[in-house]
Amino acid sequence: MLDEQAALREITAALEESGKLTGPVTMETHILQDLNFDSVGAIDFIMLLETRLDTIISMDRMAEIETVGDLVRVLVSDPSLAA
Amino acid sequence: MLSKFRALRDEHAAVAAAGRDPFGVSFDAVLSATEAVLGGRRILLLGTNNYLGLTFDPDCIEAAAAAVQDQGTGTTGSRIANGTYDGHAALEGRLAAFLKRRSAMVYTTGYQANLGALSTIAGKGDHLLLDADSHASIYDGARLGHAQVTRFRHNDPDDLRRRLRILSSQPGEKLIVAEGIYSMLGDTAPLREMVEVKREAGAWLLVDEAHSLGVLGESGRGLAEAEGVEGDVDFVVGTFSKSLGAIGGFLASDLDGFDALRLSARPYMFTASLPPAVIASVMQAIEVLEARPELRDRLRRNGQHLHEGLAAAGFALGAMPGPIISLAMPDRETAVMFWNGLLAEGVYSNLALGPATPGGKPLLRMSVSAALTPAQIDTAVNAITRTGYAMGLLSVPLAAE
Ligand SMILES: Cc1ncc(COP(=O)(O)O)c(C=O)c1O
Repeated sequence: MLDEQAALREITAALEESGKLTGPVTMETHILQDLNFDSVGAIDFIMLLETRLDTIISMDRMAEIETVGDLVRVLVSDPSLAA
Repeated sequence: MLSKFRALRDEHAAVAAAGRDPFGVSFDAVLSATEAVLGGRRILLLGTNNYLGLTFDPDCIEAAAAAVQDQGTGTTGSRIANGTYDGHAALEGRLAAFLKRRSAMVYTTGYQANLGALSTIAGKGDHLLLDADSHASIYDGARLGHAQVTRFRHNDPDDLRRRLRILSSQPGEKLIVAEGIYSMLGDTAPLREMVEVKREAGAWLLVDEAHSLGVLGESGRGLAEAEGVEGDVDFVVGTFSKSLGAIGGFLASDLDGFDALRLSARPYMFTASLPPAVIASVMQAIEVLEARPELRDRLRRNGQHLHEGLAAAGFALGAMPGPIISLAMPDRETAVMFWNGLLAEGVYSNLALGPATPGGKPLLRMSVSAALTPAQIDTAVNAITRTGYAMGLLSVPLAAE
Protein backbone atom coordinates (compact mmCIF):
# COMPACT_ATOMS: atom_id res chain seq x y z
CA MET A 1 0.00 0.00 0.00
CA LEU A 2 0.98 3.58 -0.57
CA ASP A 3 2.40 5.37 2.48
CA GLU A 4 1.43 8.91 3.47
CA GLN A 5 4.52 10.57 2.08
CA ALA A 6 4.19 8.80 -1.27
CA ALA A 7 0.48 9.69 -1.45
CA LEU A 8 1.25 13.33 -0.73
CA ARG A 9 3.93 13.30 -3.43
CA GLU A 10 1.48 11.88 -5.97
CA ILE A 11 -1.16 14.46 -5.07
CA THR A 12 1.37 17.24 -5.42
CA ALA A 13 2.45 15.93 -8.80
CA ALA A 14 -1.17 15.65 -9.95
CA LEU A 15 -1.79 19.23 -8.85
CA GLU A 16 1.21 20.33 -10.83
CA GLU A 17 -0.10 18.45 -13.86
CA SER A 18 -3.45 20.22 -13.57
CA GLY A 19 -1.80 23.62 -13.16
CA LYS A 20 -3.11 24.13 -9.64
CA LEU A 21 0.12 23.98 -7.71
CA THR A 22 0.67 27.49 -6.37
CA GLY A 23 2.54 26.76 -3.16
CA PRO A 24 3.37 24.05 -0.67
CA VAL A 25 0.65 21.47 -0.12
CA THR A 26 0.10 20.05 3.36
CA MET A 27 -2.33 17.60 4.92
CA GLU A 28 -4.42 20.60 6.03
CA THR A 29 -4.73 22.17 2.56
CA HIS A 30 -8.44 22.50 1.76
CA ILE A 31 -9.09 21.27 -1.78
CA LEU A 32 -11.90 23.64 -2.77
CA GLN A 33 -10.89 26.73 -0.78
CA ASP A 34 -7.09 26.72 -0.80
CA LEU A 35 -6.49 25.23 -4.22
CA ASN A 36 -9.16 27.31 -5.87
CA PHE A 37 -11.04 24.40 -7.45
CA ASP A 38 -14.75 24.56 -8.15
CA SER A 39 -16.69 21.31 -7.73
CA VAL A 40 -16.27 20.38 -11.40
CA GLY A 41 -12.55 21.14 -11.39
CA ALA A 42 -12.11 19.07 -8.24
CA ILE A 43 -13.70 16.05 -9.95
CA ASP A 44 -11.39 16.49 -12.95
CA PHE A 45 -8.44 16.62 -10.60
CA ILE A 46 -9.55 13.42 -8.85
CA MET A 47 -9.88 11.72 -12.25
CA LEU A 48 -6.40 12.82 -13.18
CA LEU A 49 -5.07 11.41 -9.92
CA GLU A 50 -6.95 8.15 -10.52
CA THR A 51 -5.32 7.85 -13.94
CA ARG A 52 -1.85 8.59 -12.54
CA LEU A 53 -2.19 5.95 -9.88
CA ASP A 54 -4.20 3.56 -12.02
CA THR A 55 -6.85 3.23 -9.36
CA ILE A 56 -10.45 4.20 -8.68
CA ILE A 57 -11.79 6.41 -5.94
CA SER A 58 -15.47 5.52 -5.72
CA MET A 59 -18.01 8.30 -5.43
CA ASP A 60 -19.12 7.44 -1.91
CA ARG A 61 -15.53 7.85 -0.72
CA MET A 62 -15.29 11.22 -2.44
CA ALA A 63 -17.95 12.53 -0.09
CA GLU A 64 -15.48 12.27 2.80
CA ILE A 65 -12.74 14.24 1.04
CA GLU A 66 -12.35 17.91 1.94
CA THR A 67 -8.65 18.34 2.63
CA VAL A 68 -5.52 16.91 1.06
CA GLY A 69 -5.18 14.87 4.26
CA ASP A 70 -8.59 13.28 3.63
CA LEU A 71 -7.47 12.39 0.13
CA VAL A 72 -4.20 10.96 1.42
CA ARG A 73 -6.14 8.75 3.86
CA VAL A 74 -8.34 7.46 1.03
CA LEU A 75 -5.29 6.60 -1.07
CA VAL A 76 -3.40 5.04 1.81
CA SER A 77 -6.32 2.75 2.58
CA ASP A 78 -6.67 1.66 -1.05
CA PRO A 79 -5.64 -2.01 -1.20
CA SER A 80 -5.03 -1.86 -4.96
CA LEU A 81 -2.20 0.64 -4.54
CA ALA A 82 0.92 -1.38 -3.90
CA ALA A 83 3.87 0.68 -2.71
CA MET B 1 -32.70 26.49 7.94
CA LEU B 2 -32.48 28.08 4.51
CA SER B 3 -29.43 30.21 5.28
CA LYS B 4 -27.16 27.67 3.59
CA PHE B 5 -28.71 28.72 0.28
CA ARG B 6 -27.45 32.26 0.70
CA ALA B 7 -24.59 31.89 -1.79
CA LEU B 8 -26.92 30.24 -4.29
CA ARG B 9 -29.49 33.01 -3.84
CA ASP B 10 -26.85 35.69 -4.34
CA GLU B 11 -25.56 33.95 -7.45
CA HIS B 12 -29.05 33.63 -8.85
CA ALA B 13 -29.83 37.28 -8.04
CA ALA B 14 -26.70 38.32 -9.95
CA VAL B 15 -27.76 36.27 -12.97
CA ALA B 16 -31.31 37.64 -12.87
CA ALA B 17 -30.13 41.24 -12.35
CA ALA B 18 -28.67 41.31 -15.86
CA GLY B 19 -32.18 41.26 -17.36
CA ARG B 20 -34.81 38.61 -17.23
CA ASP B 21 -34.38 35.67 -14.88
CA PRO B 22 -33.27 32.81 -17.18
CA PHE B 23 -34.46 30.23 -14.67
CA GLY B 24 -37.85 31.81 -14.07
CA VAL B 25 -39.16 32.49 -17.57
CA SER B 26 -42.94 32.51 -17.50
CA PHE B 27 -44.67 32.57 -20.87
CA ASP B 28 -47.94 34.50 -21.23
CA ALA B 29 -49.04 31.80 -23.63
CA VAL B 30 -47.54 28.97 -25.64
CA LEU B 31 -49.00 29.20 -29.14
CA SER B 32 -47.50 26.22 -30.92
CA ALA B 33 -44.48 23.93 -30.89
CA THR B 34 -42.39 26.84 -32.14
CA GLU B 35 -43.91 30.05 -30.82
CA ALA B 36 -44.93 31.60 -27.52
CA VAL B 37 -45.86 34.99 -26.11
CA LEU B 38 -43.54 36.49 -23.52
CA GLY B 39 -44.04 39.96 -22.05
CA GLY B 40 -46.67 40.65 -24.70
CA ARG B 41 -44.29 39.75 -27.56
CA ARG B 42 -44.31 36.81 -29.91
CA ILE B 43 -41.09 34.85 -29.62
CA LEU B 44 -39.53 31.95 -31.45
CA LEU B 45 -38.88 28.85 -29.34
CA LEU B 46 -35.39 27.46 -29.88
CA GLY B 47 -34.95 25.62 -26.64
CA THR B 48 -37.78 23.16 -26.13
CA ASN B 49 -36.63 19.53 -26.67
CA ASN B 50 -39.85 19.32 -28.69
CA TYR B 51 -37.90 17.49 -31.37
CA LEU B 52 -40.77 16.29 -33.52
CA GLY B 53 -43.12 19.15 -32.63
CA LEU B 54 -45.77 16.74 -31.36
CA THR B 55 -47.10 18.86 -28.46
CA PHE B 56 -49.78 20.25 -30.78
CA ASP B 57 -50.33 17.18 -32.94
CA PRO B 58 -54.09 17.12 -33.56
CA ASP B 59 -54.36 13.32 -33.20
CA CYS B 60 -52.43 13.30 -29.93
CA ILE B 61 -54.63 16.10 -28.60
CA GLU B 62 -57.77 14.28 -29.66
CA ALA B 63 -56.64 11.01 -28.07
CA ALA B 64 -55.80 12.80 -24.82
CA ALA B 65 -59.12 14.65 -24.79
CA ALA B 66 -61.09 11.46 -25.35
CA ALA B 67 -59.18 9.69 -22.56
CA VAL B 68 -59.77 12.44 -20.04
CA GLN B 69 -63.49 12.40 -20.89
CA ASP B 70 -63.77 8.62 -20.62
CA GLN B 71 -61.42 7.84 -17.74
CA GLY B 72 -61.07 11.00 -15.70
CA THR B 73 -58.24 13.35 -14.86
CA GLY B 74 -55.92 11.21 -12.78
CA THR B 75 -55.14 7.79 -11.35
CA THR B 76 -54.82 9.02 -7.73
CA GLY B 77 -52.27 6.41 -6.86
CA SER B 78 -49.50 4.02 -7.75
CA ARG B 79 -49.84 0.94 -9.91
CA ILE B 80 -49.00 -1.53 -7.15
CA ALA B 81 -51.24 0.02 -4.50
CA ASN B 82 -54.09 1.43 -6.53
CA GLY B 83 -54.15 -0.63 -9.66
CA THR B 84 -53.14 -0.49 -13.27
CA TYR B 85 -55.45 1.02 -15.89
CA ASP B 86 -55.67 -0.87 -19.14
CA GLY B 87 -53.91 2.05 -20.82
CA HIS B 88 -50.75 1.55 -18.76
CA ALA B 89 -50.42 -2.09 -19.76
CA ALA B 90 -51.36 -1.31 -23.36
CA LEU B 91 -48.73 1.42 -23.56
CA GLU B 92 -46.09 -0.89 -22.13
CA GLY B 93 -46.96 -3.48 -24.76
CA ARG B 94 -46.93 -0.86 -27.51
CA LEU B 95 -43.62 0.53 -26.36
CA ALA B 96 -42.02 -2.92 -26.15
CA ALA B 97 -43.22 -3.65 -29.69
CA PHE B 98 -41.90 -0.34 -30.98
CA LEU B 99 -38.54 -0.85 -29.29
CA LYS B 100 -38.41 -4.54 -30.27
CA ARG B 101 -37.89 -5.48 -26.63
CA ARG B 102 -39.54 -8.18 -24.58
CA SER B 103 -40.60 -5.96 -21.71
CA ALA B 104 -41.14 -2.33 -20.87
CA MET B 105 -42.27 -0.54 -17.76
CA VAL B 106 -43.64 2.97 -17.67
CA TYR B 107 -42.63 5.56 -15.08
CA THR B 108 -44.23 8.89 -14.25
CA THR B 109 -41.21 10.84 -15.53
CA GLY B 110 -37.92 10.05 -17.23
CA TYR B 111 -36.17 11.29 -14.11
CA GLN B 112 -37.95 8.62 -12.12
CA ALA B 113 -37.19 5.99 -14.75
CA ASN B 114 -33.48 6.61 -14.16
CA LEU B 115 -33.94 6.68 -10.40
CA GLY B 116 -35.78 3.38 -10.58
CA ALA B 117 -33.41 1.70 -13.01
CA LEU B 118 -30.10 2.71 -11.49
CA SER B 119 -31.09 2.27 -7.86
CA THR B 120 -32.55 -1.18 -8.44
CA ILE B 121 -30.80 -3.02 -11.29
CA ALA B 122 -27.41 -2.60 -9.64
CA GLY B 123 -27.61 -3.62 -6.00
CA LYS B 124 -25.30 -3.97 -3.03
CA GLY B 125 -21.93 -5.33 -4.11
CA ASP B 126 -22.50 -4.36 -7.75
CA HIS B 127 -20.77 -1.55 -9.61
CA LEU B 128 -22.17 1.33 -11.61
CA LEU B 129 -19.91 2.98 -14.17
CA LEU B 130 -21.33 6.36 -15.12
CA ASP B 131 -20.15 8.71 -17.84
CA ALA B 132 -18.83 11.80 -16.03
CA ASP B 133 -21.24 14.04 -17.95
CA SER B 134 -24.32 12.01 -17.05
CA HIS B 135 -27.66 13.69 -16.47
CA ALA B 136 -28.58 14.52 -12.87
CA SER B 137 -31.23 11.78 -12.84
CA ILE B 138 -28.51 9.17 -13.47
CA TYR B 139 -26.34 10.47 -10.64
CA ASP B 140 -29.36 10.68 -8.35
CA GLY B 141 -30.44 7.14 -9.22
CA ALA B 142 -26.94 5.94 -8.38
CA ARG B 143 -27.12 7.71 -5.03
CA LEU B 144 -30.49 6.21 -4.23
CA GLY B 145 -29.16 2.68 -4.64
CA HIS B 146 -26.45 0.67 -2.92
CA ALA B 147 -24.03 -0.12 -5.72
CA GLN B 148 -20.50 1.24 -5.72
CA VAL B 149 -20.34 4.16 -8.14
CA THR B 150 -17.45 5.05 -10.42
CA ARG B 151 -17.42 7.62 -13.17
CA PHE B 152 -15.40 7.39 -16.33
CA ARG B 153 -14.23 10.26 -18.50
CA HIS B 154 -16.92 11.53 -20.82
CA ASN B 155 -17.19 9.42 -24.00
CA ASP B 156 -13.85 7.77 -23.28
CA PRO B 157 -13.98 3.98 -23.89
CA ASP B 158 -10.31 3.62 -22.88
CA ASP B 159 -10.92 5.16 -19.48
CA LEU B 160 -13.96 2.91 -19.13
CA ARG B 161 -11.82 -0.12 -20.04
CA ARG B 162 -9.16 0.88 -17.53
CA ARG B 163 -11.71 1.22 -14.75
CA LEU B 164 -13.34 -2.09 -15.56
CA ARG B 165 -9.91 -3.71 -15.48
CA ILE B 166 -9.25 -2.29 -12.01
CA LEU B 167 -12.68 -3.48 -10.87
CA SER B 168 -12.26 -6.92 -12.43
CA SER B 169 -10.79 -8.37 -9.25
CA GLN B 170 -13.85 -7.25 -7.29
CA PRO B 171 -16.98 -9.37 -7.14
CA GLY B 172 -20.35 -8.06 -8.29
CA GLU B 173 -21.97 -7.20 -11.61
CA LYS B 174 -20.84 -4.13 -13.54
CA LEU B 175 -23.40 -1.88 -15.20
CA ILE B 176 -22.17 0.77 -17.65
CA VAL B 177 -24.43 3.78 -18.19
CA ALA B 178 -24.31 6.08 -21.21
CA GLU B 179 -26.65 8.50 -22.96
CA GLY B 180 -27.65 8.40 -26.62
CA ILE B 181 -27.33 12.16 -27.08
CA TYR B 182 -25.86 14.24 -24.28
CA SER B 183 -28.28 17.04 -23.56
CA MET B 184 -25.83 19.88 -23.01
CA LEU B 185 -23.55 19.68 -26.06
CA GLY B 186 -25.56 17.36 -28.27
CA ASP B 187 -22.72 14.87 -28.71
CA THR B 188 -23.44 11.15 -28.98
CA ALA B 189 -21.86 8.26 -27.10
CA PRO B 190 -19.25 6.11 -28.97
CA LEU B 191 -21.55 3.13 -28.47
CA ARG B 192 -19.78 0.66 -30.74
CA GLU B 193 -16.49 1.05 -28.90
CA MET B 194 -18.28 0.97 -25.57
CA VAL B 195 -19.99 -2.26 -26.55
CA GLU B 196 -16.59 -3.79 -27.28
CA VAL B 197 -15.37 -2.79 -23.84
CA LYS B 198 -18.56 -4.11 -22.30
CA ARG B 199 -18.11 -7.48 -23.99
CA GLU B 200 -14.47 -7.81 -22.98
CA ALA B 201 -15.36 -7.12 -19.37
CA GLY B 202 -18.55 -9.15 -19.24
CA ALA B 203 -20.39 -6.06 -18.07
CA TRP B 204 -23.95 -4.86 -18.70
CA LEU B 205 -24.98 -1.74 -20.57
CA LEU B 206 -27.81 0.73 -20.02
CA VAL B 207 -28.39 3.51 -22.54
CA ASP B 208 -30.55 6.53 -21.73
CA GLU B 209 -32.08 7.50 -25.08
CA ALA B 210 -33.92 10.53 -23.62
CA HIS B 211 -32.78 12.89 -26.37
CA SER B 212 -32.27 10.32 -29.12
CA LEU B 213 -35.59 8.45 -29.07
CA GLY B 214 -37.59 9.44 -32.13
CA VAL B 215 -34.53 11.34 -33.31
CA LEU B 216 -31.84 8.81 -34.25
CA GLY B 217 -32.06 5.47 -36.03
CA GLU B 218 -33.95 4.45 -39.10
CA SER B 219 -37.07 3.75 -37.04
CA GLY B 220 -36.39 6.31 -34.32
CA ARG B 221 -35.37 3.84 -31.65
CA GLY B 222 -32.32 5.90 -30.81
CA LEU B 223 -28.54 5.81 -30.96
CA ALA B 224 -28.29 2.05 -30.36
CA GLU B 225 -30.37 1.48 -33.47
CA ALA B 226 -28.36 4.00 -35.47
CA GLU B 227 -25.12 2.29 -34.43
CA GLY B 228 -26.48 -1.22 -34.92
CA VAL B 229 -25.74 -2.35 -31.38
CA GLU B 230 -29.20 -2.85 -29.89
CA GLY B 231 -28.42 -6.50 -29.19
CA ASP B 232 -25.66 -5.43 -26.82
CA VAL B 233 -27.73 -2.86 -24.96
CA ASP B 234 -29.29 -4.65 -22.01
CA PHE B 235 -31.46 -1.82 -20.73
CA VAL B 236 -33.00 1.18 -22.48
CA VAL B 237 -34.27 4.22 -20.60
CA GLY B 238 -36.25 6.96 -22.28
CA THR B 239 -38.67 9.77 -21.73
CA PHE B 240 -42.03 10.80 -23.17
CA SER B 241 -41.27 14.45 -22.42
CA LYS B 242 -39.16 15.25 -25.45
CA SER B 243 -39.82 13.79 -28.91
CA LEU B 244 -43.14 12.31 -27.76
CA GLY B 245 -44.38 15.69 -26.55
CA ALA B 246 -45.97 14.63 -23.26
CA ILE B 247 -44.54 13.45 -19.94
CA GLY B 248 -43.41 10.13 -18.49
CA GLY B 249 -40.53 7.72 -18.85
CA PHE B 250 -39.75 4.07 -19.43
CA LEU B 251 -37.31 1.26 -18.90
CA ALA B 252 -37.19 -1.59 -21.44
CA SER B 253 -35.19 -4.81 -21.68
CA ASP B 254 -35.08 -8.33 -23.06
CA LEU B 255 -33.94 -9.87 -19.80
CA ASP B 256 -35.81 -12.59 -17.96
CA GLY B 257 -37.34 -11.66 -14.64
CA PHE B 258 -37.81 -8.03 -15.63
CA ASP B 259 -41.14 -7.73 -13.81
CA ALA B 260 -39.41 -8.09 -10.43
CA LEU B 261 -38.46 -4.44 -10.87
CA ARG B 262 -42.13 -3.54 -10.41
CA LEU B 263 -41.87 -4.84 -6.86
CA SER B 264 -38.49 -3.37 -6.06
CA ALA B 265 -38.01 -0.03 -7.84
CA ARG B 266 -39.18 2.53 -5.31
CA PRO B 267 -39.60 5.40 -7.83
CA TYR B 268 -42.09 3.12 -9.61
CA MET B 269 -43.85 1.82 -6.51
CA PHE B 270 -44.26 4.91 -4.38
CA THR B 271 -45.59 7.53 -6.75
CA ALA B 272 -48.82 7.95 -8.70
CA SER B 273 -48.99 6.49 -12.19
CA LEU B 274 -49.50 8.57 -15.32
CA PRO B 275 -53.02 9.91 -15.94
CA PRO B 276 -55.09 8.42 -18.81
CA ALA B 277 -54.80 11.51 -21.01
CA VAL B 278 -51.00 11.32 -20.99
CA ILE B 279 -51.02 7.60 -21.68
CA ALA B 280 -53.36 8.14 -24.63
CA SER B 281 -51.32 10.96 -26.09
CA VAL B 282 -48.05 8.99 -25.81
CA MET B 283 -49.71 5.97 -27.40
CA GLN B 284 -50.73 8.15 -30.32
CA ALA B 285 -47.32 9.84 -30.48
CA ILE B 286 -45.69 6.42 -30.98
CA GLU B 287 -48.07 5.88 -33.92
CA VAL B 288 -46.91 9.19 -35.38
CA LEU B 289 -43.27 8.25 -34.81
CA GLU B 290 -43.78 5.08 -36.84
CA ALA B 291 -46.07 6.49 -39.49
CA ARG B 292 -44.17 9.70 -40.24
CA PRO B 293 -40.42 9.10 -40.61
CA GLU B 294 -40.35 12.35 -42.58
CA LEU B 295 -40.51 14.19 -39.24
CA ARG B 296 -37.08 12.77 -38.41
CA ASP B 297 -35.79 13.87 -41.80
CA ARG B 298 -37.14 17.35 -41.24
CA LEU B 299 -35.57 17.47 -37.78
CA ARG B 300 -32.24 16.40 -39.27
CA ARG B 301 -32.48 19.04 -42.01
CA ASN B 302 -33.40 21.70 -39.46
CA GLY B 303 -30.45 20.77 -37.27
CA GLN B 304 -28.15 20.95 -40.28
CA HIS B 305 -29.64 24.27 -41.38
CA LEU B 306 -29.06 25.89 -37.97
CA HIS B 307 -25.59 24.35 -37.72
CA GLU B 308 -24.55 25.58 -41.17
CA GLY B 309 -26.01 29.02 -40.55
CA LEU B 310 -24.13 29.48 -37.30
CA ALA B 311 -20.91 28.00 -38.64
CA ALA B 312 -21.09 30.33 -41.63
CA ALA B 313 -21.58 33.26 -39.26
CA GLY B 314 -18.31 32.30 -37.60
CA PHE B 315 -19.41 30.54 -34.44
CA ALA B 316 -17.24 27.66 -33.27
CA LEU B 317 -19.52 24.63 -32.92
CA GLY B 318 -18.40 21.58 -31.00
CA ALA B 319 -20.63 18.66 -31.82
CA MET B 320 -21.64 17.35 -35.25
CA PRO B 321 -24.89 18.73 -36.66
CA GLY B 322 -27.80 17.40 -34.64
CA PRO B 323 -30.94 18.49 -32.84
CA ILE B 324 -28.96 20.20 -30.05
CA ILE B 325 -26.54 23.02 -30.74
CA SER B 326 -24.64 24.74 -27.95
CA LEU B 327 -22.47 27.81 -28.09
CA ALA B 328 -19.64 27.91 -25.57
CA MET B 329 -19.68 31.20 -23.69
CA PRO B 330 -16.44 32.72 -22.43
CA ASP B 331 -17.85 33.42 -18.96
CA ARG B 332 -21.05 33.49 -16.95
CA GLU B 333 -21.69 37.24 -17.42
CA THR B 334 -21.42 37.01 -21.21
CA ALA B 335 -23.64 33.92 -21.20
CA VAL B 336 -26.35 35.73 -19.25
CA MET B 337 -26.08 38.81 -21.48
CA PHE B 338 -26.15 36.71 -24.63
CA TRP B 339 -29.24 34.86 -23.47
CA ASN B 340 -30.97 38.16 -22.67
CA GLY B 341 -29.83 39.77 -25.92
CA LEU B 342 -31.18 36.86 -27.92
CA LEU B 343 -34.50 37.02 -26.10
CA ALA B 344 -34.67 40.74 -26.87
CA GLU B 345 -34.25 39.68 -30.51
CA GLY B 346 -37.28 37.46 -30.08
CA VAL B 347 -35.57 34.08 -29.74
CA TYR B 348 -35.85 31.88 -26.65
CA SER B 349 -32.87 29.61 -25.95
CA ASN B 350 -31.60 27.85 -22.82
CA LEU B 351 -28.94 29.22 -20.54
CA ALA B 352 -26.94 26.39 -19.00
CA LEU B 353 -24.49 27.10 -16.20
CA GLY B 354 -22.07 24.95 -14.20
CA PRO B 355 -21.98 22.56 -12.51
CA ALA B 356 -24.74 21.14 -14.74
CA THR B 357 -22.58 21.63 -17.86
CA PRO B 358 -19.49 19.74 -19.06
CA GLY B 359 -16.46 21.20 -17.34
CA GLY B 360 -18.80 23.61 -15.55
CA LYS B 361 -18.56 25.97 -18.53
CA PRO B 362 -21.47 28.30 -19.37
CA LEU B 363 -23.40 27.42 -22.50
CA LEU B 364 -26.08 28.90 -24.65
CA ARG B 365 -28.04 25.81 -25.57
CA MET B 366 -30.47 25.55 -28.44
CA SER B 367 -32.53 22.68 -29.76
CA VAL B 368 -34.43 22.48 -33.01
CA SER B 369 -37.80 20.98 -33.78
CA ALA B 370 -39.13 19.35 -36.91
CA ALA B 371 -41.93 21.90 -36.66
CA LEU B 372 -39.60 24.85 -37.38
CA THR B 373 -39.80 26.23 -40.89
CA PRO B 374 -36.64 27.12 -42.85
CA ALA B 375 -37.71 30.78 -42.60
CA GLN B 376 -37.88 30.52 -38.81
CA ILE B 377 -34.40 29.04 -38.72
CA ASP B 378 -33.08 31.86 -40.90
CA THR B 379 -34.67 34.32 -38.49
CA ALA B 380 -32.97 32.55 -35.59
CA VAL B 381 -29.56 32.46 -37.30
CA ASN B 382 -29.78 36.21 -38.01
CA ALA B 383 -30.81 36.99 -34.43
CA ILE B 384 -28.02 34.83 -32.96
CA THR B 385 -25.49 36.38 -35.33
CA ARG B 386 -26.53 39.94 -34.43
CA THR B 387 -26.29 39.06 -30.76
CA GLY B 388 -22.88 37.48 -31.34
CA TYR B 389 -21.63 40.73 -32.88
CA ALA B 390 -23.17 42.83 -30.12
CA MET B 391 -21.43 40.68 -27.49
CA GLY B 392 -18.13 40.84 -29.34
CA LEU B 393 -18.07 37.08 -29.78
CA LEU B 394 -17.89 37.31 -33.54
CA SER B 395 -15.38 39.51 -35.22
CA VAL B 396 -16.85 41.84 -37.79
CA PRO B 397 -15.93 40.49 -41.22
CA LEU B 398 -13.23 42.49 -42.96
CA ALA B 399 -14.61 44.75 -45.63
CA ALA B 400 -13.69 43.50 -49.08
CA GLU B 401 -10.69 45.32 -50.46
C1 LIG C 1 -30.47 12.33 -20.38
C2 LIG C 1 -31.75 12.60 -19.68
N1 LIG C 1 -32.32 11.62 -18.96
C3 LIG C 1 -33.48 11.81 -18.31
C4 LIG C 1 -34.14 13.02 -18.35
C5 LIG C 1 -35.39 13.20 -17.55
O1 LIG C 1 -36.51 13.18 -18.32
P1 LIG C 1 -37.92 13.72 -17.81
O2 LIG C 1 -38.03 15.12 -18.27
O3 LIG C 1 -38.91 12.83 -18.46
O4 LIG C 1 -37.96 13.61 -16.32
C6 LIG C 1 -33.61 14.05 -19.12
C7 LIG C 1 -34.35 15.31 -19.24
O5 LIG C 1 -33.98 16.35 -18.89
C8 LIG C 1 -32.37 13.86 -19.77
O6 LIG C 1 -31.80 14.84 -20.47
